[in-house]
Amino acid sequence: MPSLLLGASVFVLLTVALGLFAILRRSADVDRLMAVQLLGTGGVAILLLLAVATETPSVMDVAVMLALFAAFAAVAFVRDASGASSEVRGE
Amino acid sequence: MSIASVFDVALVALILTIGASAILVRTAFAAVVMFVVYGLLLSMAWVRLHAVDVALTEAAIGGGMTGLLLLGAVARSRSVNVDSVRVGYPLRLAAGALCALVAAGLAVAIFYPPAPVPTLAPMVMENLPPSGLGNPVAGVLFVFRALDTLLEKVVLLLALLGVWSLAPDHAWGGTPGLQVYARPDPTLIFLAQLLPPVGIVFGIYMCWVGAKDPGGAFQGGTVLAAMWLLVIVAGLQKAPAIGRLWLRVLLVTGPVLFLAIGLAGWVFADAFLAYPAGYAKPLIVAVEAALTLSIAVALGMLAAGPPVRAQQQ
Amino acid sequence: MSLVMDILTICAVSAGALFFLAGTVGLLRFPDTLTRLHALTKVDNLGLGLIVLGLLPQTSSVLFAVKLVFVWLLVQLSGAVVTQLIAGAVRHHGADG
Repeated sequence: MPSLLLGASVFVLLTVALGLFAILRRSADVDRLMAVQLLGTGGVAILLLLAVATETPSVMDVAVMLALFAAFAAVAFVRDASGASSEVRGE
Repeated sequence: MSIASVFDVALVALILTIGASAILVRTAFAAVVMFVVYGLLLSMAWVRLHAVDVALTEAAIGGGMTGLLLLGAVARSRSVNVDSVRVGYPLRLAAGALCALVAAGLAVAIFYPPAPVPTLAPMVMENLPPSGLGNPVAGVLFVFRALDTLLEKVVLLLALLGVWSLAPDHAWGGTPGLQVYARPDPTLIFLAQLLPPVGIVFGIYMCWVGAKDPGGAFQGGTVLAAMWLLVIVAGLQKAPAIGRLWLRVLLVTGPVLFLAIGLAGWVFADAFLAYPAGYAKPLIVAVEAALTLSIAVALGMLAAGPPVRAQQQ
Repeated sequence: MSLVMDILTICAVSAGALFFLAGTVGLLRFPDTLTRLHALTKVDNLGLGLIVLGLLPQTSSVLFAVKLVFVWLLVQLSGAVVTQLIAGAVRHHGADG
């Protein structure tokens, strides 16, 4: 079973890589944001597969970390990409 | 070739490609996105190298915190009209040459190590049990090389002082200029209400589990800082003025407690930063808890940037 | 019993991996940003969800399994909200914004 799970993680890694290249060929900033989102989800899937395949529970904490910070980074990127931000200035 | 090594080769190829395109893309914003993607991939590489502690730190710092800091730098460089400070070819060439030199040095160190590879790992594992800790990384950080860890936290405070010293005179003691969403965005507000409770529990868990398993004060503190920043960016709460007393107290609590326990070591255990027999683990957990808070506040304020306007009232 | 569990794992993990592939094909083939975003959410929900479902029978402890489900819920919620945010940015400023 571990080798099957490892095989699945290789497959997911390859599709994520393909998706990243597809996204990054485009020049729009919004498309690049999807790269972070795709890698966030794909990375979590890969890490969970690795955690069970190698029986290392602590790898699952890395998956949680990845999920939290992919969302955090996406928020910061959307703020800048959409031009919806405003610097706090003196009144 | 086993499946695991297929995975490793694919991951390395992906990391190198993303790294190269982070250098080659035209706009600074795109480069920052690539850098964050690179950081997330790198944390997977650390997992494959069985360095879960480093993987956690890389996901937090490389994946999130550095991205926010770099975005702040991009926004600043836009506002000062970058065209007037165009970097010339000699400087670029020099930067490229120096980077290549560092890379070559690292390559030599990895490909031609001294015949018996020097390692202190067996000694660490041998001397770990008396401390009561289960995670050898925590053992190195808080028992064997505690002085380095103490100084590292002080460096974090110095970095914050460096950022704060960029403040114009009239804004000293005032509020940082962290960019926030201009319009209150209901979707973002929902996320900023949903994620922090989860993140705070996970941050505390990281700090607690650090004594036994991978994790620790730095990872926990970074998660707490990110959740704090999320709430500020969503506009639910304002960044605090840097002159606030509670802020200053939280910033120094961790290092001061660490230093106090270190000095007490002279009286109770015959050496600076030594722990009395049997009390090592509770003392270390106490220091880690205090450091988690201090690191969270320090990283949050670092990312929030220098104060730009005077405190109201 | 363990054979049934193994078959469940194989089916669910394969189906999840297939959704990752489908999401990637969507990213490659769909014509505009919003439809590509739609493809991406399928990866979030179904791809990861099915992989987590497939991993559940292979876990050694209940805590481990609860944590797996928790990770999936976290990605599910944050992924949905972040996708909304990106779509909002597209609507306000156009795909080039």
